[in-house]
Amino acid sequence: MAIAHATEALTPSEYIVHHLTHLNNTGAKQVDIIDWSVINYDTLFFSVGLGLLTVFILWLAARRATSGVPGRFQGSIEMLVEMVADQAKGIIHSAESRRFVAPLALTVFVWIFLMNAMDLLPVDLIPKLWQEATHDEHAFMRVVATADLSATLGMSVGVLLLCLYYNIKIKGLGGWTHELFTTPFGAHPALWPVNFAMQIIEFLAKTISHGMRLFGNMYAGELVFMLIALMGGAWAVSTSGILLAIGHILAGTAWAIFHILIILLQAFIFMMLTLVYIGQAHEGH
Amino acid sequence: MIVNSSLFIQLIVFLLLGGFTMKFVWPPIMKALDERAKKIADGLAAADKAKDDLARAEKRAVDELRKARESAGDVRATAERNASQLIEDAHAEANRIVVKAREDARAEAGVAVEQVKQSLRDQLAQLAVVGAEKILRREINPQVHADLLANLKQELQ
Repeated sequence: MAIAHATEALTPSEYIVHHLTHLNNTGAKQVDIIDWSVINYDTLFFSVGLGLLTVFILWLAARRATSGVPGRFQGSIEMLVEMVADQAKGIIHSAESRRFVAPLALTVFVWIFLMNAMDLLPVDLIPKLWQEATHDEHAFMRVVATADLSATLGMSVGVLLLCLYYNIKIKGLGGWTHELFTTPFGAHPALWPVNFAMQIIEFLAKTISHGMRLFGNMYAGELVFMLIALMGGAWAVSTSGILLAIGHILAGTAWAIFHILIILLQAFIFMMLTLVYIGQAHEGH
Repeated sequence: MIVNSSLFIQLIVFLLLGGFTMKFVWPPIMKALDERAKKIADGLAAADKAKDDLARAEKRAVDELRKARESAGDVRATAERNASQLIEDAHAEANRIVVKAREDARAEAGVAVEQVKQSLRDQLAQLAVVGAEKILRREINPQVHADLLANLKQELQ
């Protein structure tokens, strides 16, 4: 869904850059790729807010859970729980670990789905409301928390920490260290550095690709919505504007429908990879 | 594509939300699901048992019906036997009564005939006496001729 920005002075490039700039503690666009002194307020607001909504919805279902005939809401949440529980059972063979990992996977699935679903709101709706509320037409606001690499990497680093925790818990510190140096190539001392390097690369690759995959999909989706919004926005200044407006409606509808698949799929993939990576931490190479 | 400290906050939120779900969401729902599964399993078992019971009850009902039919046949046979016995007895009794009545009647008739004969004899004797009186034109003293009359009566018998 997209509604074009009405500010006339904005060029398409300015429009998009403005929309892709976070509301942060500096009040300006972050210059460096990595800057630990910056915090994105908008990302945290929407991720924490939707996180609370997630656990509230799940808690509602849990509070009403009885062994009797479930209602529709109850049934749908139970289907979700059952689905995640089945996946977790298939991937992680330790029932003890599943006690935390399966609920985590459920939360992550619902939470990421909700954060992704913010993409389906008109791209200008919340930013515009925010600008009205703050009386600052240049106020920054991004509503899709999963289109912020900090957020997705935050979650994938969480998964990494859990992998390290379970590696140590299941294999013992010694066992895991042994594994770090002797797999995948073999136990020969000459191979230790190679093995260790491979292991580190593997952990890094898993974590970064885990976070990047979700981020990339949502960022691209958001960008496409903005481009579609720009097309509609050009209506006001063009003689063939009505065609652009129709194009906006068609493209916006098509992309939004397709995006429903993407947001669900990405949430599912993130959940499954969480389970798979933690499951790998339980198994020797 | 920028990274900043939001990452750490997101990480903590991620773990906290997972912890919340682990503590307050997952156990009650799994418990409800397990209980429901057990309930359904119990229900199915009960249904199977009920089906078995029904089959057994039907079999027993058929048995009972067959037995009842057999005993009804017995009862009817006995009743028929009793009835024919009764009828035979009644016939015999009736015959006996009829025979007895006939004999009684015959005996009574014999006595009556004897009495009538007796009285006829008396009357005949008197008639004879009266006739003789008329013939003899004189009174015959009955006391005097009692022996004669008795003799006459004797002869008439």
